Amino acid sequence: MTADGISVDTAHTLAASTIHRRGRPVGVTAGAGFILVALLAVLPYVASRVTTYDLVELYTLGVLGTMWNLMAGYGGMVSIGQQAFVGAGAYAVVWFTNNNGVNPFLGVPIAAAVCAVLALPTSYLVFRLAGGYFAIGTWVVAEVAKLFTTQVRSLGKGSGVSLQKMSHIDPTLRNRLVYWMALGVLTLAIAATYVVMRARLGLALRAVRDAPTAASTLGVKVQRSKRFVYVAAAAGFGAAGALTSLHTLRVEPDSAYSVQLTAYMIFIVVIGGMGSIEGPIVGAIIFWELQRELASLGEWYLIILGTVAVVVTLYVRNGVWGLVSRGRLHAFPVGYTLGGGPRESGRPRGSRKGEDERPDDNAGNLKGVVQ
Amino acid sequence: MVVTNAFVQGILLGGLYALFACGLSLMFGVMRVVNLAHGDLSIMAAFGALALVDSLHLAPFVTLLIVVPAMAVLGYLVQRGVLQRSLHVSALAPLLVTFGISIILQNGLQEVFSADNRALNIGSLATASLRITNQLSVGWFSLLVFGVGVTVLVALQLFLSRTSTGRAMRATSDDQEAAQLMGIDNRHIYSLATAIAFATVSVAGIFLGMRTSFTPTAGPALLIFAFEAVIIGGLGSLWGTLLGGIALGVAQTVGAQVFSPAYGILTGHLVFLAVLALRPQGFLPKAVTV
Amino acid sequence: MTLLSVDHVDARYGDFQALFDVSLAVREGETLAVIGANGAGKSTLLKTIAGLLRPARGEVTFNGQAVGALPAHRRVAMGISMAPEGRRLFPSLTVEDNLLVGAYSGRSGPWNVAAVCRLFPLVAERRSRLAARLSGGEQQAVAIGRALMSNPRLLLLDEVSLGLAPVVVEQLYAALPQIAASGTTVLLVEQDVRQALRVADRIQCLLEGRTVLEGTAGSLTREQIAAAYFGV
Repeated sequence: MTADGISVDTAHTLAASTIHRRGRPVGVTAGAGFILVALLAVLPYVASRVTTYDLVELYTLGVLGTMWNLMAGYGGMVSIGQQAFVGAGAYAVVWFTNNNGVNPFLGVPIAAAVCAVLALPTSYLVFRLAGGYFAIGTWVVAEVAKLFTTQVRSLGKGSGVSLQKMSHIDPTLRNRLVYWMALGVLTLAIAATYVVMRARLGLALRAVRDAPTAASTLGVKVQRSKRFVYVAAAAGFGAAGALTSLHTLRVEPDSAYSVQLTAYMIFIVVIGGMGSIEGPIVGAIIFWELQRELASLGEWYLIILGTVAVVVTLYVRNGVWGLVSRGRLHAFPVGYTLGGGPRESGRPRGSRKGEDERPDDNAGNLKGVVQ
Repeated sequence: MVVTNAFVQGILLGGLYALFACGLSLMFGVMRVVNLAHGDLSIMAAFGALALVDSLHLAPFVTLLIVVPAMAVLGYLVQRGVLQRSLHVSALAPLLVTFGISIILQNGLQEVFSADNRALNIGSLATASLRITNQLSVGWFSLLVFGVGVTVLVALQLFLSRTSTGRAMRATSDDQEAAQLMGIDNRHIYSLATAIAFATVSVAGIFLGMRTSFTPTAGPALLIFAFEAVIIGGLGSLWGTLLGGIALGVAQTVGAQVFSPAYGILTGHLVFLAVLALRPQGFLPKAVTV
Repeated sequence: MTLLSVDHVDARYGDFQALFDVSLAVREGETLAVIGANGAGKSTLLKTIAGLLRPARGEVTFNGQAVGALPAHRRVAMGISMAPEGRRLFPSLTVEDNLLVGAYSGRSGPWNVAAVCRLFPLVAERRSRLAARLSGGEQQAVAIGRALMSNPRLLLLDEVSLGLAPVVVEQLYAALPQIAASGTTVLLVEQDVRQALRVADRIQCLLEGRTVLEGTAGSLTREQIAAAYFGV
């Protein structure tokens, strides 16, 4: 093959290729999701109160996992200090609803907004650090947040505070309302992540995660993208904290700002599978179940969890979801593939592929490059 | 004058913080790994010393001779066996793995030793003090810890600058692929760096255990102090780490004295955040960045 | 005797193949120059010999031993040493420390800091300067000196002329006869054909990962070399 011959072939290949979104279109996913959410929403009417109560915790874990994955799996930022915003969200509910009479269920969006506002200036500080030092830096921020909060008397100082205003509402109704709020926040978190990831920002984020310098030379605004993710995730964490407040009706600084929360987030995402939307959901379910089964084991439960997380990180890169789906199944497809072009088996060049067809194996070779 | 006393205490405390920090800084410098279990390792060493004191009735200082080499060997093996693999998985993997180890250590120690406050008893040395002036006196133990901290840092600096292995470590830290072309086995270098980090943090942990009481979950706070000392002082420089440790120690003790004991640690955090905001490269950053 | 032989080697970076069925042989004591344009695969070839890259197919044999599976740091102990592309001195180390690191493998021979300083006087003058503060030509001299410090039997030189003024390149290559005289076999890779022809005993030309020409420096004509180099 002469040099000329090779280049002509390549040009033909590229011209015949088109870029398709992986898997099915948004409408189908949204429709299926809507049905699922509707089913879950009806659940409190058929299930016991205990189940409803427990599921709130599952949904909250799902939010925590999805948000941590948004930061780490998609944004490339490993933070061990997001409990700062969980705690801030929890206390925001206390401040607005308990102390200042705002409707408790407005508390959740308000908490999310408060955390977003707090996250913006914080990002300028912590973004001066990178990698592991960024991780610890976020933790310092969380510690400072805790220390400041415990100085405020109206927030109960060091011993915590109970949400008395909420205890006037009928327990069953309150239970259901918190359940629906939690389901709503989880749905919103997943939907928002899905939409963002399918948009330009999602592609930009993955480029930044994989090769920041290259990404910035292509015009991706690295800092701005990361800041957006940081602030959005903070809002999510704040909402989760608010949900916990409304759920348990008690907020204590040591548990609201506990680094244990980060441990849970990390386990959920690592074991479920980082870098996909399905992973944290799977991880939350696994974690939630394990927590109920193993709670009686005390410290051993966390030792086991820690060991599993280490083993999974080292040997099962994409977590349980990665094992199950092998990169082919997608409940929430956010990737791209190359379609068209010549196949190794000799199919005619230039044949077009339908929008919704599964990509052929030829395109699969480039998966590592494009997804 | 009371503030001056606090100031001096802070400087001496800084020696201990620098001892905590140098291992964290070394691992990051050589391998670009931030060991999130760093603080927990020092607590593990303290509990190891405690176990030796309880079972063999050894004097606390003698336990250093057993625990420190044992931890060094453990560090070498952990790097070779676990951390080395994580370096190839992804950039996030070492963080996740060391975080997992941190959780395992804290809960494991709690399982074995319970959550009670424990301490290493050094008898009268804990309170013996040297009177400098009428209003200023320093504890002999604090002086000793400071001396040990500075000595370890000087030894580490000499190791890095004068020995063949130390040079190899600096070379690996600059460009690990080019270092391979010199005949340097970078897995061995990484393991040595980890061994040194485990050893120095063990010394720090045992001295901490002599100085104050500790629990299985005291590790993370120490990680934060080590990290703050490194950042305040400047990445990549051991003298910077000493300076950073001193700055942090002074901020904490003076803050506790001037505001109230509850505000001591917070003052340290605020100084750290201020340095991060105003002079993020720290006070003595490495002159040459790769 | 044949010191190094590369037999039918394929090399790839992920999905991209850089070398196709490349073979070469270097006799002890001779100087072989591998020339070719950018992207021809020359540096890939050296990396495969030095051990930074494993061949996807084929074998590398040094001193009668198959070294394809040996990691780079072990090959240094056997006597292969490389001055890599782009110099790659250790920036935070002084010139002297860079040289001393080169001696890490502890092989004995005529090369030490004093000998390198005699070879390149400018190195002697800059002994305690940080490597990052040297000019390109100075760095290249130190890089070659550093590679010599391990007293190699085979010295690999990767694109010595890259980014340097012709005058500087001349000075660097002027040292090559002394290196060869101490018994070192040299395999150098170059885009600057003129320089390569002046110092090499034999030439091999690569184009897009394949050998397209080989022969002794004296027996090849300018036209032959140009044709092979540019692939016309």
